[in-house]
Amino acid sequence: MSIRERLSGNEAVAVALKQIDPDVVAAYPITPSTEVPQYFAQFVADGQVNTEFVTVESEHSAMSACITATAAGGRSATITSACGLALMWELLYVASGSRLPVTLAVVNRALSGPININNDHSDSMGARDSGWIQLYSENNQEAYDNYIMSLRIAEHKDVLLPVMTCQDGFITSHAIENIELLEDEKVKKFVGEYKPEHSLLSGEKISIGPYDTPMFYFEHQYQRARAMVDSKKVILDVSKEFAALSGREYGLFEEYKMEDAERAIVVLNSTAGTAKAVCDELRANGEKVGILKLRVYRPFPMEEIAKALAHVKAVAVMDKAESFSAMGGPVFNDVRSACYELKTRPHIINYIYGLGGRDVPTTDIKIVFDALKEVVKNDKPGEIYRHVGVRGV
Amino acid sequence: MATAYNLKQEASKPERFVGGHRLCAGCGAGVAVRGVLRALKDEDKSVSGVATSCLEVSSCLYPFTAWNDCFIHSAFENVAASVSGAEAAYNALKRKGKIKDTFKFIAFGGDGGTYDIGFQALSGAMERGHDMVYVCYDNEAYMNTGLQRSSATPKYAEVSTAPVGSKIPGKAQFKKDLTETIVAHDIPYVAQTTFISNFKDLHEKSYKAHYTPGPAFLNILAPCPRGWRYPPEDLMAICKLAVDTCVWPLYEVIDGEWSLTYEPKTKLPVEDYLKPQGRFSHMFKPGAQYMIEDFQKEVDKKWERLLKKCK
Repeated sequence: MSIRERLSGNEAVAVALKQIDPDVVAAYPITPSTEVPQYFAQFVADGQVNTEFVTVESEHSAMSACITATAAGGRSATITSACGLALMWELLYVASGSRLPVTLAVVNRALSGPININNDHSDSMGARDSGWIQLYSENNQEAYDNYIMSLRIAEHKDVLLPVMTCQDGFITSHAIENIELLEDEKVKKFVGEYKPEHSLLSGEKISIGPYDTPMFYFEHQYQRARAMVDSKKVILDVSKEFAALSGREYGLFEEYKMEDAERAIVVLNSTAGTAKAVCDELRANGEKVGILKLRVYRPFPMEEIAKALAHVKAVAVMDKAESFSAMGGPVFNDVRSACYELKTRPHIINYIYGLGGRDVPTTDIKIVFDALKEVVKNDKPGEIYRHVGVRGV
Repeated sequence: MATAYNLKQEASKPERFVGGHRLCAGCGAGVAVRGVLRALKDEDKSVSGVATSCLEVSSCLYPFTAWNDCFIHSAFENVAASVSGAEAAYNALKRKGKIKDTFKFIAFGGDGGTYDIGFQALSGAMERGHDMVYVCYDNEAYMNTGLQRSSATPKYAEVSTAPVGSKIPGKAQFKKDLTETIVAHDIPYVAQTTFISNFKDLHEKSYKAHYTPGPAFLNILAPCPRGWRYPPEDLMAICKLAVDTCVWPLYEVIDGEWSLTYEPKTKLPVEDYLKPQGRFSHMFKPGAQYMIEDFQKEVDKKWERLLKKCK
């Protein structure tokens, strides 16, 4: 029997960490993810875990310690947000390039400057090309489930890439909601033991992190890129196994009332909940609208997204991050590119929304659906790169 | 140590850092690594983390490695944090009964990776008390990127980002005293050494560093013939002059107790050390005498201060 609880998103991740009982947790405090290492420190203090908890002096050192701990054959994890993730940047590439399955719980927060402690996705979106698998979570339950699954995905022999699981700072990290937890033993059995093929402490003499000359570097990058492609199947397999255990099913994305939808919003993390509520309301009025909620952003499910959107007339992709490219946000560009080869493809527009913790009320989602109505009516996208919820626009 | 130090015996042990690497002839880095690793007990295994440096890019080029034990490199500024992660994993796995062997953990960084960019990670790792040895092989500039100034570069030395010009005579500041800074962390073992005579000083300090529980720090003056501009075969002579002029005193601090491990019979003038090195050649030109006097004054001041601490 699963355990019914009421937890915040941060508590959910902390509980998952306790149940997993990793060998090493190295973390540095930063709002809004700080609570996770705080809760975890208490588990350590109370002897509820057998983990070496390394209270490093920066996020850069947190990721550095996790990389070597994993290379040493230990299962390692860290937690961060915003500038903390930015400080890890250099090492994110080292973790994936060394094919070390570190797991990282990101509590999404806006990047400075100016400094802002509230939610948007500029932190993890900036890390989208670092060779990390990225899973996004609508609520505390998904943050918990994704985190538990992330170890199995990362450590799979066909993958061996680090995984970051993301949830929205404050919105889900601090909001207390109902949650169903798995029993400790079930989690332990599901994640199993970390048994790397090679490690620094196995007794063999190995060198990790060589200078990689032009003679070999390209091949190593190709292998890393292939692993990202291959990870899609592993993510689905692990999700299937998790569904059998928990009754909760996860795919690459969730299609909400998409079957006959003429207009659709593509969104990830907590705003998906708001969008679903608006979708229900509009559906009650007979409007054919739907939501595509991305769960797996890296690897990007290119073919699957194209297929899911092929029958839609107009799509709005919501980005809670600017990319300052003058051509829309990151999710938009990926979704739009994915649809290029469709014989008949929807009009696709982009909305940047909710930056730096700007509230995203249902009225904003309605604005987006109404705009899509215009796009359908005119059979023209109009302005493609748009903003909602910002003053003066 | 069980038996008295015997160089011949030590040198006959299997090397943990083997030949074939691409360090320059006369480079101190390889000598430092071999000396430090040689002090490990035969039965112990080791994991060496190396900061991005000459040492790293010259000793482990895919698919080759000069490390006849475990090695890891991940970045420039993080080797102390990196090795603390390995030590943490070791503690966890040992506790869980998954590892039987004894492993020792060593972090190697150059002066750039230690005095400068890696200083924060070093300070953090020392403060947290990991059972590891941090070894700085100090060649007094960023040699890997082409002889740029670091905070370990001596005053007046000519380096590529502090060149000797018509207005400015090389580096403007005295060398940062990193060893003292690490002593201030109150860790169990800190020492300063280099290569003299039969390597006994390096060996004994390395042994103490490895086998003193908790964090230990070794600062090893490791000359660079290319950057310092002296003939490669003069490595040992340069080191001897560094200690005999008291430019690089040899000492150790055990649990806060300072002691000299070498006292020159006759303290030589700094010119003897500066003269053979091309990087200081402008100090011997007409009108540059003040630089030598200034250099001597600083060395004397620091030597006197050290003597007081060691009494």
